[in-house]
Amino acid sequence: MTFSPELEAKFDKLLASYPPGRQRSALIPMLMFAQDEVGAVTPEVVEEVARRTGVEALQVEEVVTYYSMLRRKPLGKHHVQICTNVSCMLRGGAELWEHACRKLGIGNKEVTADGQVSLEEVECIGACSWAPAIQVNYDFYHDMTVEKLDRLLDDLRKIH
Amino acid sequence: MLYNEPSPLEVKVLTRRFGLPNSASIDTYLATGGYQAFRKALGMKPEEIIDEVKTSNLRGRGGAGFPAGMKWSFVPRTSPKPKYIVVNADESEPGTCKDRLLMENDPHQLIEGMLIAGLAVDAHAGYIYVRGEYRYLIDILDKAIAEAYRHGYLGRNLLGSNFHFDAYTHTGAGAYECGEESALLESLEGKRGVPRIRPPFPAVVGAFQCPTVLNNVETYSAVPAIIRDGGAAFAALGTPKNGGTRLFCLSGHVNKPGVYELPMGFNLLRMIEEVGGGVPGGKKLKAVIPGGSSCPVLTAGECDLAMDFDSVAKAGSMLGSGGVVVMDEDTCMVRMALRIMRFYAHESCGWCIPCREGTTWLRKMLARLHGGGGTASDVSLIGELARNMLGRTFCPLGDAAAMPTIALVEKFRDEFEEHAEGRCRYSHA
Repeated sequence: MTFSPELEAKFDKLLASYPPGRQRSALIPMLMFAQDEVGAVTPEVVEEVARRTGVEALQVEEVVTYYSMLRRKPLGKHHVQICTNVSCMLRGGAELWEHACRKLGIGNKEVTADGQVSLEEVECIGACSWAPAIQVNYDFYHDMTVEKLDRLLDDLRKIH
Repeated sequence: MLYNEPSPLEVKVLTRRFGLPNSASIDTYLATGGYQAFRKALGMKPEEIIDEVKTSNLRGRGGAGFPAGMKWSFVPRTSPKPKYIVVNADESEPGTCKDRLLMENDPHQLIEGMLIAGLAVDAHAGYIYVRGEYRYLIDILDKAIAEAYRHGYLGRNLLGSNFHFDAYTHTGAGAYECGEESALLESLEGKRGVPRIRPPFPAVVGAFQCPTVLNNVETYSAVPAIIRDGGAAFAALGTPKNGGTRLFCLSGHVNKPGVYELPMGFNLLRMIEEVGGGVPGGKKLKAVIPGGSSCPVLTAGECDLAMDFDSVAKAGSMLGSGGVVVMDEDTCMVRMALRIMRFYAHESCGWCIPCREGTTWLRKMLARLHGGGGTASDVSLIGELARNMLGRTFCPLGDAAAMPTIALVEKFRDEFEEHAEGRCRYSHA
């Protein structure tokens, strides 16, 4: 399969970042960056990353099943991740989560029918002192309220 | 950027560049004394560098609090194998959000810490293992690394010496367990993040089966100040055997949550009241988790306490990763216990049976109790089950799940018993 020139450059850099004979080390970063471009770790991505890192496809599969951020199927264009762990919970994270599910009519790791937004209840994302916090794809949103989330979800549904 | 107002009580050593314009750029770094410690270290013998770090009483900021200089001294410097520097930037302990700021606001300080560690143990390559969720930091770190190469602080013949060093970023993909050092090393090698049996410790057999220094972001970030100003000056900022400052992450029920750099040994009650502005709504303080969710909870009555590794240990908890989670009088402790256990059950890698099964069963029992469907015998069984996990796993995740559970049941048993009778005084059940 073919990737963008930018991703190819990233792969080349990664494969040169580890000691000789240790190209398998590039496996997880390659999967993450490939997923960002392709939308998911598809069977083709598995085959391609296996080939380039010199491991069996099965060895890639066993890595994919371990890490929570790696996924087999694409999620929404805007993947909304709501933290409900302790620091966020104490400041209303669970209420944010319930509100988002109700508003969008979807549950954990589900996607709206138009493919625009998906939801995930996540564990601590490292924004505890600015809780409750969420991430949309890789962007952080701190000090959230139900009202702010409500507006954000409306906006995200419109950004194609 | 900064996400909360600084406090006038802070002692800014590691965070002294926070808030400066372009604080992450090499220009700002060089204009404020950056890479001077590396220059100084180039003129020191490796054992002198390690002695300075030992003198500083710098202890591992990831949570375990192991003396950093001691850890470095375990690396067999004369081994013919290459040695590596690995940075644990897999910040994942619930309540902890400080390494993120150190990388975002002062990435060169981290790189300089890695260089000095490299000089100390004869390592010539370093990897920064960043949790997958912190993707924006990979971009910031990559930019800083590129700047350092351009200015001759990474690469070959650094500052005219024969020392060479390469630095790389490496992204994780979502796994709390990879914050555990041996699981991190497995993950760095492209495998599932399951722990390795120790000994051998990473100092002897670490990354790529070679001797490795593995420390937290905050630990490395303290090293330039230690070499620049001397280990004794750093030690003097803290309490005996607990050198320097600490980035405390105040969260939960405080008026001014935020990350604050305070001297080791800062009083916890004072931190909540004077730095954090007290508990909102005039409510009373009920309890505090002093160092991230794996640390046993302290009741309000136990919080008149110096926040250093030894004092918190003496109080029956841990200073951990610096995540101070504050709970007011209306917090349901059964709900806290359940949320904490949901986390550990989700994150258990499944390698050791007491952890895999223990966290799952505890999660189920706590959910039942929280939902009002438990029985009186559940309360004792939860404590007993948790105690049976202690010390029976390869890595500390099993203990991390068991310890807060044991403390919550012991210290707030009446609330658990009420839940067993179908009542919750806070109406969350």
